[in-house]
Amino acid sequence: MLSPEEIQEIQTALAHCESNFAAGLDALKIVQRRRGWISDETLQEVARFLEMTPAELDSVATFYSLIFRRQVGRHVILLCDSVSCWVMGYESLFEALKKRLGIGFGQTSADGRFTLLPHPCLGACERAPVMMIDDELYGPIEEEMIEKILARYE
Amino acid sequence: MEITETVSIHIDGKPYQAQTGRNLLEACLALGFDVPHFCWHPALGSVGACRQCAVKRFRDENDQGGEIIMACMTPVTPGLRISIHDPEVLRFRAAVIEWLMINHPHDCPVCDEGGECHLQDMTVMTGHTRREYRFRKRTHRNQYLGPFIHHEMNRCIQCYRCVRFYRNIAGGRDLNVFGAHDHVYFGRHQDGVLESEFSGNLVEICPTGTFTDKTQKAHNTRIWDLQTAPSICVHCGLGCNTLPGERYGQLRRVRNRYHHEINGYFLCDRGRFGYEFVNSDKRLRTPLYRPERNIAQREMRLEELFQQAVLRLKNPGTIMGIGSPRASLEANYALRSLVGPENFYAGVTADEHALLELARTILTQGPARAVSVQEAARSDAVLVLGEDLTQTAPLLALALGGLGYQKAVAQARKVQLPAWDDAAVRQFGQEAKPALFIATPQPTRLDQAARTCVRAAPHEIAALGLAVQAELSKDSAAAPEAPEALAPDIAQALAKSERPLIVTGTSLGSPAMVQAAADIARALCRLGKSVGLICCVPECNSMGLALLQAKNLSAAFQKASEGRVDTVIVLENDLYRRAPAQAVDAFLQKAGAVMVLDHLRTPTSLKADMVIPVATFAQTSGTLVNNEGRAQRFHAVFPADETIPEAFRLLVELKQAAFGQGRPHLRPVLEDQRLELSRAFPVFSGLAEPLPSLAQPAPGGKVPRQSMGYSGRTAIHAAVSVHEPKPPHDPDAPLAFSMEGYEGQPPPELITHYHAPGWNSVQALLKYQSIAGGPLKGGSYGRRLFLQAPAAQSDFFEKLPPAIDLKAAERLLVPLHHLFGSEELSMAAPAVAQLAPLPYLALNPEDPLAEEGREVLLTVAEQTLCLKVKVMPGLCRGVAGLPMGLAGIPVVALPAQVVLTKGDAT
Repeated sequence: MLSPEEIQEIQTALAHCESNFAAGLDALKIVQRRRGWISDETLQEVARFLEMTPAELDSVATFYSLIFRRQVGRHVILLCDSVSCWVMGYESLFEALKKRLGIGFGQTSADGRFTLLPHPCLGACERAPVMMIDDELYGPIEEEMIEKILARYE
Repeated sequence: MEITETVSIHIDGKPYQAQTGRNLLEACLALGFDVPHFCWHPALGSVGACRQCAVKRFRDENDQGGEIIMACMTPVTPGLRISIHDPEVLRFRAAVIEWLMINHPHDCPVCDEGGECHLQDMTVMTGHTRREYRFRKRTHRNQYLGPFIHHEMNRCIQCYRCVRFYRNIAGGRDLNVFGAHDHVYFGRHQDGVLESEFSGNLVEICPTGTFTDKTQKAHNTRIWDLQTAPSICVHCGLGCNTLPGERYGQLRRVRNRYHHEINGYFLCDRGRFGYEFVNSDKRLRTPLYRPERNIAQREMRLEELFQQAVLRLKNPGTIMGIGSPRASLEANYALRSLVGPENFYAGVTADEHALLELARTILTQGPARAVSVQEAARSDAVLVLGEDLTQTAPLLALALGGLGYQKAVAQARKVQLPAWDDAAVRQFGQEAKPALFIATPQPTRLDQAARTCVRAAPHEIAALGLAVQAELSKDSAAAPEAPEALAPDIAQALAKSERPLIVTGTSLGSPAMVQAAADIARALCRLGKSVGLICCVPECNSMGLALLQAKNLSAAFQKASEGRVDTVIVLENDLYRRAPAQAVDAFLQKAGAVMVLDHLRTPTSLKADMVIPVATFAQTSGTLVNNEGRAQRFHAVFPADETIPEAFRLLVELKQAAFGQGRPHLRPVLEDQRLELSRAFPVFSGLAEPLPSLAQPAPGGKVPRQSMGYSGRTAIHAAVSVHEPKPPHDPDAPLAFSMEGYEGQPPPELITHYHAPGWNSVQALLKYQSIAGGPLKGGSYGRRLFLQAPAAQSDFFEKLPPAIDLKAAERLLVPLHHLFGSEELSMAAPAVAQLAPLPYLALNPEDPLAEEGREVLLTVAEQTLCLKVKVMPGLCRGVAGLPMGLAGIPVVALPAQVVLTKGDAT
């Protein structure tokens, strides 16, 4: 069931859209912010609310890589792998993160704390190499800083 | 309407003529050039997604470089200079297909599409012959999509045709595209049966083997091994054209046969997948006989039973013939000749017969024109009275579902947006709601395409119709005092339109409603409009039977009850689906002997004294008349079995043997039946004309039913003899049961398969049209029997049906129809039967008894039924819906007032 707060936020988004279809992505973002990810059940609830079919909404949801259709950890690490960050040492950063968390891209750590995802550009080349955890941007990062940054997230 | 002009364009340095208003790809294809393409389809328009139809455009004759453009996204303009064969553009096209093929598996040898695959054709056409890609291919999980469609996602090349058809044309909302870039996926949100009634068209729309025919897969045959013949769908009254294919005595599949005025490129799923009744174990395959009523039927050789039948017919008593709306004109006529016109009865009850007579009257007498399905698609205001089209005339629903797009096209034209620019037109006109009005008791699938829907009981729909008519002719004396609230809106939209259409039908059992539809059409004619009128009929030859002007089944029952009827011959008809069981029991009991000719085992055949199995549509030829009065011929796909005769031939032979009439010792042929028919009934006068290639034997002879690649011809009998047997002779059609014969494109009526050099898929169809999506070369076919005299100033019916006063606990019981379930023949096809609902009673949510699954009792026609409630939101109040034709639902005359009570269980 969608919570009253979720419904209210979706309705606000709907007011800015010409059709329910157009509000699909906003609605998914609203719900994902509260629930972390979009399960099949969640997707079906949102679709029902917007009078869309699950297929129609899922088509939108799966197009965007930041709408998570699989369960993610409590925190999502987006590691930038675009050209600037790659030049500035993204690879060693990736190796360090893999070693520290024991996971590769697309995986979640055993304690459910972190999900590690590649991201083609975080739009912060001047600070390369960068990564983003939840809504926080970090960079330039050196390997030694990783432990301290991760410690900020439970 | 669009204005086009012929302009000159240059292709590879040579001048050609092309039509403006078309895109360059269409123009090149029409000129005979082989330009590869994927995402463009004549019925879908252009989106420019696949980049395969690249050609080079030059500024002028001095431009040596040129620029690569997409032919499908380029309008034809005067003086256009392009190259199809420029080396750079050739390389470009080869590169595009190489990308498309990166993830495509090497599974052509086991792929059902193999041999008729557009991807295979395009790969060969572009010359991509060597695969350089060395890496792992992306793979997908396939989905269960129901009994009709097999899913093989790895073969997908992301052309988007499937979702464009499914969403934009069929109006389906459960198939979509998921993901992005290298992992685009076409399917459903979750596994499950595809909801659209037109899902089968994915098989032909998909240019590769991603969506294939699951019923065909169960008994797969390579397509070049299929024997195919032009046929007509037998599962509703629209007369869609089909191409069934046979191998080893089994029907393996049905494909669409393009008819420019009827089904176009598409079929419904009942028409495509209902064919398996032909292979069903419910088929009658041996003659049965019982000398006396109280003993069991036993098998008998056909020759013996024939002699028994002849003896019986020589008895002096009355012989009565019961015809059938699912048998051909010729078979019905042969029965009529055998028993005599006075003893021939149409195999439908008085009520249905009256409705069919009414349909015939309003369509033949005008002044409104009977229009075809595709003409309906071009209407600009449509009123549907009473018919749930998706369930009773699905291709018409598909056509009307496209009215919104037609409106968008018309709007887009005003801003110079061409009709073929599909994505742009849809974006531009996405708010366009067409003037489509639907009045039915229950919600319909077509509602989503309509501007306004009215939920009303049949008599109220008739009243609404009369109110619209009264609005249109204000001086009319019969104007109801309180016109229905919507009548002025509807009348205004119809009066404003250029091409109005009124659609009604027999499925609700309401003559008043059909008359009201005719009255509206007449009122519009008086306003000077060119009005189209469509009256849907239930079965493939309902209209043909109505034209034979026979008495009805109720009259047959009456006659039998009055005196002794010696022999009753029932032709391809299950009387227990026509009339209440007691009435049929009494009728069959009265008859001295009952002879049934049918292809399926039916309750009627179980009660018969003589049962002669006859060929289905796949093994005989004949003529069917569709709802618009178009007589169309179907041809045997494969020869009839020796022990299972063709009905018309058997009936003529019986007549010869019993009464020594006709031409004894000569095998009866269809042409003779048509000749006699045309003499007996002026309306059929055109039927005597022979088919084009019969009139003028074509060089090379008859059109072959088998493809050039047909295999195993000499090997099949090699164990017995290496000599090839002579192909069976077909005396009734200019078609041969052979690979050999007429070469090249046959007359359009006789096309057995679509093929052109380099084009093995159904896309080869464009080589049979002068312009893609246009009429077939050689013109239209099928004879329209209703070409009205100039509009006579005939009178309105203006019959207001009596109001119905429902007492407490009473509901008005109305018939509901199911595409899968209500039709007799397709229910013997396992895939269709699987999707049929269980018996239920539909109630409005506000009905006091509306509780899903609750058992209710109702008494109708002296039978008490116990049915589970299905709550149907939107169903008209005070109405209860009874699904027709399902096992366990008795035959009752509806609409009827019934009392509902709670069942014992609740």
